[in-house]
Amino acid sequence: MSNIYKSKKYILLFLLPAFLFLIIYLYYPFFVNIYSSFRSIRTLGTYGKKWNDPWFENYVKLAADPVVWISLKNTLLMIIATILGQVGIALILALLVDNVSRGTQFFRTVFFFPIVISATALGLLFNLIFLYDKGMLNQFLELFGKTELTDWKSEAYALTTMMIPVVWQYVGFYFVILETGLNNISEELYEAAAIDGATRFQRVWYISVPLLRNVICTCLTLGVTGALKVFDLPWTMFPKGMPLKMTFLTGTYMYYQTMEAKNVDYGATLAILIVVLGVVLSRLTRMVFKESEDL
Amino acid sequence: MKGNKAASLVIYVLLTLWALTTIYPLYWVVENSFKVKDKILQQSFALPVGELFTLANYRRAFDRLSIGRAYANSLFISGFVTIGVMLVAGLASFALVRFHFRLKKLCYTMVIAAMMFPVFSTIIPVYTMETSWHITNTSSWFLNMLSVILPQIAGNTSFAIIVLMGFVQSLPLELEEAAHLEGCTIPQIFFRIVVPLGKPSFVTVAIFSFLWSYNDLFTQMFFLRRPEMQAITRLLNELTSKEGTNYGLMAAAVTLVIIPVIVVYIFLQKYIIKGMTAGAVKG
Repeated sequence: MSNIYKSKKYILLFLLPAFLFLIIYLYYPFFVNIYSSFRSIRTLGTYGKKWNDPWFENYVKLAADPVVWISLKNTLLMIIATILGQVGIALILALLVDNVSRGTQFFRTVFFFPIVISATALGLLFNLIFLYDKGMLNQFLELFGKTELTDWKSEAYALTTMMIPVVWQYVGFYFVILETGLNNISEELYEAAAIDGATRFQRVWYISVPLLRNVICTCLTLGVTGALKVFDLPWTMFPKGMPLKMTFLTGTYMYYQTMEAKNVDYGATLAILIVVLGVVLSRLTRMVFKESEDL
Repeated sequence: MKGNKAASLVIYVLLTLWALTTIYPLYWVVENSFKVKDKILQQSFALPVGELFTLANYRRAFDRLSIGRAYANSLFISGFVTIGVMLVAGLASFALVRFHFRLKKLCYTMVIAAMMFPVFSTIIPVYTMETSWHITNTSSWFLNMLSVILPQIAGNTSFAIIVLMGFVQSLPLELEEAAHLEGCTIPQIFFRIVVPLGKPSFVTVAIFSFLWSYNDLFTQMFFLRRPEMQAITRLLNELTSKEGTNYGLMAAAVTLVIIPVIVVYIFLQKYIIKGMTAGAVKG
């Protein structure tokens, strides 16, 4: 290493701004949040006047709260929907695009763009689409002779209605990642296989998919962690877990307890649940979808 | 090499079907934003011509919603978040790659670990902290904006550092050595050589910081509670509860928020796609 960068005086100057931000806005609050979960806080913006009695009260409450279990179940469903829906559809689309010669750039552009639009705007858009009397979907079904209106936000359909837009929005994201991975596979492999008489389907199944394994694993890991962060779309379409608190995700329930129910300390406890869930799940995904070294 | 025609046709049909699911809803909402509000529920597939056509939804959006002010707030917040992230992360990534010091490894680990904190786990204490600094819930516009800008910069910094470190590592040291011989100081090397050469990487960082901040609802819900402080996503969210049945207004508001983003996307799509997938695809 050159001797230009021996002088120590600039190190602090260059690192300080970033680390001040990380420490003041991430590390310090993270620990204060743990502290807050043991306090009794009724007003956001204060540290509370007293400790909870017993101090771990919130954690007992957490285990006994049926809505927590509903939100955990929904979050797990969201993860499954992410894996099957987002990564699955994206993989199919990427393999399809890889097998045609023209229009790749067009499909890339069109598939990707829901991601750049705010999920809140998409939430309003989907509210209009799924409107009972009568949104786009119900009017569309009417064209096919359906006479009754379907309430897409009723208990029977709510979860599906909530997950479809979330899955739909991010398909393009995984599509781009997978498509880039496919482009990195050498054309010669396909040519050799074609000379050996492999059909198009065989080439996809025996060359593209196995060579894409590591990229698929990356996508699945991103999908699982991403599913835990989903907030905007569900909160816009199904505020306060409606109907009957059955559409809560861990994130939206945390917000609800903090801002709507004014149980700030309980919100902090739910945030810790989210952290634990995130750590456990990312460990688990790394074990299950371990990237293979021998490719 | 690419197989027969019939199969290609099937593939194109399938791809186009998915493309329709992304394009049509957008087209539909734009189209309906120009219709008389009660007609949306009866004739949503008709073109907005003749008696159906109206600009009333837009007039209302600007008069009643002050969507212009929300735009200004959003641009201010996201603009400063972008500049802040580029500056702070640029400096840190340069130091983390080029300098050698005792705590380097710890610093690097801290950056990586910071990416794991979900925003849910820091938001309550951050709010409390900023309340004690009197920058939340104040009548001062600037301080209120600042209360959102600061946590958003922090939220994007570690990811930006990782992206920019990759770039600095790829820079040949010879350039910097030559500049040093010419008498450049270290800050000069950074601002005159590293930053200009790293333009594509900085653009990547700028794009994801800007979009992430512009689209983020969660932080805004906490910090921008006064109506005159609202930024665009917060305003949209409020719309459902305030004007729940005015579907024309909703369609117009959605259109107003979506169209600028789409226009920018069409021109910068290459960079945007790269920026948004930067963490996942190496190189």
